[in-house]
Amino acid sequence: MAYSDKILEHYNNPRNVGSFDKTAPEVGTGLVGAPECGDVMKLQIQVNNEGVITDAKFKTFGCGSAIASSSLATEWLKGRTVDQALELKNTAIVEELNLPPIKIHCSVLAEDAIKAAVKDYLEKNNKEVPEVLTAGHHH
Amino acid sequence: MAVKTPIYMDNHATTPTDPRVVEAMLPYFTEVFGNAASRNHSFGWQAEEAVENARATIAKAINADSKEIVFTSGATESNNLAIKGIAEMYAEKGNHIITCVTEHKAVIDPCKKLERQGFDVTWLPVLPSGLIDLDALRAAITDKTILITIMHGNNEIGVIQPVDEIGAIAAEKGIVFHTDATQTVGKIPVDVKKSNIHLLSFSGHKLYGPKGVGVLYVRRRKPRVRVTPILDGGGHERGMRSGTLNVTGIVGLGKAVELCIQEMESDTKRLSGLRDHLRKRLLESIPESYENGDPNHKLPHSLNISFSFVEGESLLMGIAEVAVSSGSACTSASLEPSYVLKSLGLGDELAHSSIRFGLGRFTTKEEVDYVADKLISVVEKLREMSPLYEMHNEGIDLSKVEWAHH
Repeated sequence: MAYSDKILEHYNNPRNVGSFDKTAPEVGTGLVGAPECGDVMKLQIQVNNEGVITDAKFKTFGCGSAIASSSLATEWLKGRTVDQALELKNTAIVEELNLPPIKIHCSVLAEDAIKAAVKDYLEKNNKEVPEVLTAGHHH
Repeated sequence: MAVKTPIYMDNHATTPTDPRVVEAMLPYFTEVFGNAASRNHSFGWQAEEAVENARATIAKAINADSKEIVFTSGATESNNLAIKGIAEMYAEKGNHIITCVTEHKAVIDPCKKLERQGFDVTWLPVLPSGLIDLDALRAAITDKTILITIMHGNNEIGVIQPVDEIGAIAAEKGIVFHTDATQTVGKIPVDVKKSNIHLLSFSGHKLYGPKGVGVLYVRRRKPRVRVTPILDGGGHERGMRSGTLNVTGIVGLGKAVELCIQEMESDTKRLSGLRDHLRKRLLESIPESYENGDPNHKLPHSLNISFSFVEGESLLMGIAEVAVSSGSACTSASLEPSYVLKSLGLGDELAHSSIRFGLGRFTTKEEVDYVADKLISVVEKLREMSPLYEMHNEGIDLSKVEWAHH
């Protein structure tokens, strides 16, 4: 399969690879996927007192499209509020990276990772968790 | 010395046609273009002569008789003809077939089709080495067993099954033994008499011959084996495979086999040396990397390694100028990781993390070192961004984590 230039670009120069201290109160961590499915994403957000995401980091075990999806997600998260982060949909990632149909699940996983990170942050700080995050999401 | 890219290291999938083979084939396109079945003019006679020369060369290479060689379009057709042909021909004798879970799809799918039609199929598991358990084979045999079909060399992990022992068991019980020898003919010695093989499949393009031509060996004596044809028509190939013979392909296959036999000793020595060098470099430089398949029963040009904590397709992307294969689900149409690697008892994760290297006649030492250097650095880069590697370094047992399955 040929990869889009944008996937290759993120794969070759992934943005925001790394980890925050997952025990820190201002950090939300999402870990989604499973090794036996061939992809695991860890996505972390760092949130300030105004509820704005000041930084984001990821680590991904998965194909190039999964790496690119999570790399792009961290870029897009910075500067958004937590609420705005939840508005980020996988379809936007599909469009931006030009993901082929067989790779759409990579973008879904990235969306799941964002939601899981936000949920972790909210729960950790005893904030109200919106219903969209409590309903089990399966695909 | 600068290495020319892209580098081809996927010789289990196919091999380049040796230029000497192409040269041997060329006159048969334009000058000697006759139909080998034309009995009444020189064009036909010359084509027939060329086919019979190739047939004799191929027969000799596997210690068979010329009359036992049936030309087909490739190993997939040969496997289908052998398995379905025996099932139909021997249906009155029994309805039980024994095969193995690591076979190529060209054996698995015909067996599955027969299963749906009412045949009983025993799918032998493999040991962690990739080899079948001969006691399990013996135990699976019933008085209804009409066919044992076990491959010679595996296309993913290069493991060589004990065909001598399997053949002896089949002979003792009076059961037909077919082997898919696509990965072994021309690479290691194959002797149908010594191994008691009754049917054997292979194709041209895995041994530096052309694509679209293959062989089914069908034993004529002790015992005489018969298969019901799949294709009906002009009754070519002693009635077993109708259709105008692919004269150019057959000439190429004959030449390719001749060269493989001539050069087997030197090729084996050179390729196993290069392969051992690649194995040593990768396993020594990359911690938590594991070889798949028993290294003591392996094709000389074959190597399959799992690099823990990194996913195969992303590895392939990092070595884009090197052509190899991965057992990762992402590289397959089915989105399932390699069934061969899973059958070794590897976790799915290690199946996703595997790379198959297939060295060949034209592989150089410089290419092997280039591939090793590249892989070592890409694995390191990908591990830096792998959450699994991070967890492993934190002392977390990945098998005990409750993953959010999706």
